Order: sequence, then structure tokens, then C-alpha cells
Amino acid sequence: MAKYLLLKHYQGGPAPVVDAGPMDQWTPDEVNAHVQFMTDFGARLEETGEFVDMQALTPDGAFVRYGGEGQPPVTDGPFAETKDLIAGWYVIDVESWDRAVELAAELSAAPGPGGKPLHEWLEVRPFWGEPPTVTE
Amino acid sequence: MNEQVLRDLVPAVIGVLVRRGADFAPAEDAVQDALVEAVRVWPDDPPRDPKGWLVTVAWRKFLDATRAENSRRHREERVESEPTPGPAGALDDTLQLYFLCAHPSLTPASSVALTLRAVGGLTTRQIAQAYLVPEATMAQRISRAKRTVSSVRFNQPGDVATVVRVLYLVFNEGYSGDVDLAAEAIRLTRQLAAITNHEEVAGLLALMLLHHARRPARSRADASLVPLAEQDRSLWDTRLIAEGVDVLQTALARDRLGEFQAQAAIAALHADAQTAEETDWVQIVEWYDELVRLTDNPVARLNRAVALGEADGPRAGLAALADLDPALPRWTAAAAYLHERAGDPATAAHLYAEAARTAPNLPERNHLTRQAARLNTQLRS
Repeated sequence: MAKYLLLKHYQGGPAPVVDAGPMDQWTPDEVNAHVQFMTDFGARLEETGEFVDMQALTPDGAFVRYGGEGQPPVTDGPFAETKDLIAGWYVIDVESWDRAVELAAELSAAPGPGGKPLHEWLEVRPFWGEPPTVTE
Repeated sequence: MNEQVLRDLVPAVIGVLVRRGADFAPAEDAVQDALVEAVRVWPDDPPRDPKGWLVTVAWRKFLDATRAENSRRHREERVESEPTPGPAGALDDTLQLYFLCAHPSLTPASSVALTLRAVGGLTTRQIAQAYLVPEATMAQRISRAKRTVSSVRFNQPGDVATVVRVLYLVFNEGYSGDVDLAAEAIRLTRQLAAITNHEEVAGLLALMLLHHARRPARSRADASLVPLAEQDRSLWDTRLIAEGVDVLQTALARDRLGEFQAQAAIAALHADAQTAEETDWVQIVEWYDELVRLTDNPVARLNRAVALGEADGPRAGLAALADLDPALPRWTAAAAYLHERAGDPATAAHLYAEAARTAPNLPERNHLTRQAARLNTQLRS
């Protein structure tokens, strides 16, 4: 098994395939259907024994760095509208890269306006594994 | 009585419950429950007959759980009416359990999880921690695995080769958490070797012991990897090496070579060398030839090329490497190493950096990055 991060972005990445507009412009039923889809996806992952973690991030926050000896931290924020901005992630533990891609595509089919799949781009990133014991 | 001695009893107790007519899945659950109770009760009130105690308590838990089901009457009737099978030995039960948990219908990860629980007696929480997933996820993996094998008859003969592969996975691909998976794999392989007469089980046990012997020398305090050639061999566990060599020789004497015996033979030749320079690379290449013949595994071919580079010089190694697919894991790292030995540090530095970018894990990436940095620093001065 290997762990992968399915990363969801508020903005950034390849150009969106579907222009769904901001969620607050959808109908309440469309929002409900989307949220339900996400809940069901997580539940299915737990059921198949592939779930590791799920978190969502607010769009707030800032870049922070060390400011030097005796100096306060330097911050740069809030984030610009054009920056790549992470919205949240799933961590999955699966048999193969192919399975990770399959699950990402499933998640990307979350419904938007009119109940149609959003075709949202998701970033799939492998975790580093552990070194094997037998090396020669 | 320590936890490991307790866990040694688990497969036999599950076997008794199954022979009394319990299905595998509820029997396994009942034995887990009994283990929890044993851990609680035994320190103050140790039983005279630990196995008998576990059987009694597990059977009671099984009956309680069965009664709690809605279809109470139906199930009790079935248990009552189940014919009492013959007096099969406890060892057979344990072997059957290994086969069931490594059943070909299971994925490797499911086999690993089920083996650690039903044969190893580890709790779901311990297994989850060992593989860095939530306990609920591991619980699902185990219960799905149990459902998958629920229709497999307990007395079906199995294939030792599948069991050996599962145990190898436990040994080779674990995280280093609270549960020592390498030690657990050795315990389970020892137990299997004691009840089967299969050369490859012995080969695997020897392989594990010989590699486990090097563990104190394999990484530095900061967790960075120490390559075999640079390991402090005085840290190798000579007792484990002696045992591994002994187990291997007994297996090899039966003249039924398999891939694990061949791999163990290579590990034994490394263990034989007091210093890296004394390594008998010619014999190691011969064993890789056997391994390639037995498995046709491209990774074995890659390792053979590296060994050939030691036996016949780096040019020979590079020539062998040129015949292999550069997309193979660690091909670039091997090429970097051989180019440096062939006196071409610039190419080696470039290849080490490339190998670092595609390394399969962080300690290896860090090691390869350090090699590239070392050569680049030399080249600048």
C-alpha cells in the first residue's frame, strides 16, 4: 500500500473545465447535493479501508518567515487572488497509483450547478515511502 | 507471562473454536476479546493452563456474541448440529490459519492485516499504528478481508508460497513504529518453520535473520541510512547471523533451491565478510545468476549488475546495467555509483542528483543528495 494526497485548490492549477461560478450562487439543493457527495465519498473510503485523513482549509492565512535575530516574524498576506490556493485534501492509502487516480477522478465528479459533474482538477501526490529492509 | 507468549497461543485457540463449529470471523473476534481479558486478569491471577483458559473464555465470548445476534435460535442450532471434526492437531490448525490469512483472493495489504491479527494476535489498533492509518480504516480492512475468506473452507490445503510472500511483506515494508514489524515477521516465520518442512520458509527465515542482524548498523542516530559497505560490522548481531546461516545451510542441503534461499545466501556471504573489502563478490554474482534464473526479476538483474561491478570492475557493471531498463527503480542510483567507481565523478554527480529526484523514500533521497553534494564539492575545489 502507498499513501497519496488528493489536493483540492480554491484557485491555481490548470484552467477549470467547467465554469461553475462561486458556490454561493448555486441553489441550496445544488449545494446540499455537493456536500452530500463529499460526505459519501469519505464514507466509501472508510468502508474500503483506504481512508487516512480529510481536512478542509479556510481561504484565510498568510505566508510567514523568520525575520532574523530579535526581529518579529515577517508575514505576507492575505493571499492574492491569483495565487495557487489550497482548499483541502484527502489522504488515502491504496494499492497503486492507478487506484489513486481512479479515486481522484471519482472525487472530481462531485456535482455542481444542475447536478452536473464539476470536472474539477485535483492534484494527486505520492507520499514518500519507508526504506525497505532488504536492500541487496 | 509476556504478551508475545500469549500471542503465540492465538492461532491454536482460533483453531479449537473453528473445530468446535464456529465460523472463522466470529471465532477470531472472540479470541481477540479473550486476549483483552487475559491482559487484564492474568497479572493478578495467572492461569495454570493458559491455553485452556483462553479456549474457555473465547468459547464463552463466542457463544455470548452468537446469542446476541437476532437469529439466535438458528445459529445455536447450527452450532449444536455441527459435526465434531476429528482430533486434528493444534499445529495443523495454525498452518490452516496461515493459509486462510494469505488466501489468493485477498489483496496483499489485506493478507498482511489479517495475518497480523489472526495469526499474530495483534490488536487492530496496533496494526493501524504500524501502518499509519486510522484504527477505523484498519478495522474495515480486516473485516472486509474476513468477509472475503468467509466462504473458504478451513481445511482447504493452501500454498506455502503465498504465505511466505505475505510474511516477507510484513518484514520488508513496515514503518518503524511502536510495533516492531520486523521482529513480528520473524516470530511468525519461526512459528511457520516449526510446523512446515518447506525449504523456502527456512530460506525466508534465514533471510530475515541475516538482515535483522544488521539493523543496529543500518542507520545513524539521526535516522540517515548507512550503506552496507560503510556499516560498522562490529555492530552486527553475530548470534542472529549464526542462526541464519545454520537455518540456510540446512535448507540448501535439501537441494530444492528457491528465491528466498538464494537471497539468504547472498546475505550470508555479506555476513561472512569481516570488512567490505573481503566480500566474495564472485560468489555473490553466481547467486544473483541463480536468482535471475529462478525469478527473472528485473530488480535481481539490477542488483546483479552492481555485484558484477564489484567482482569484475565498474565497466563490467555499467555494461550489464546498459542492458536493463533505465526506468527500473534505483537504476540511476546504481549507474551513479558505478560511474564514480569508474573514475567519472562529473557524470556520477549528475546521476546521483537525478536519482535523488526519483528516490522512493526520504532517507534514500537524502542519501543520494549527499552523494551528489559530496562529488559536486570535490569537483569545485
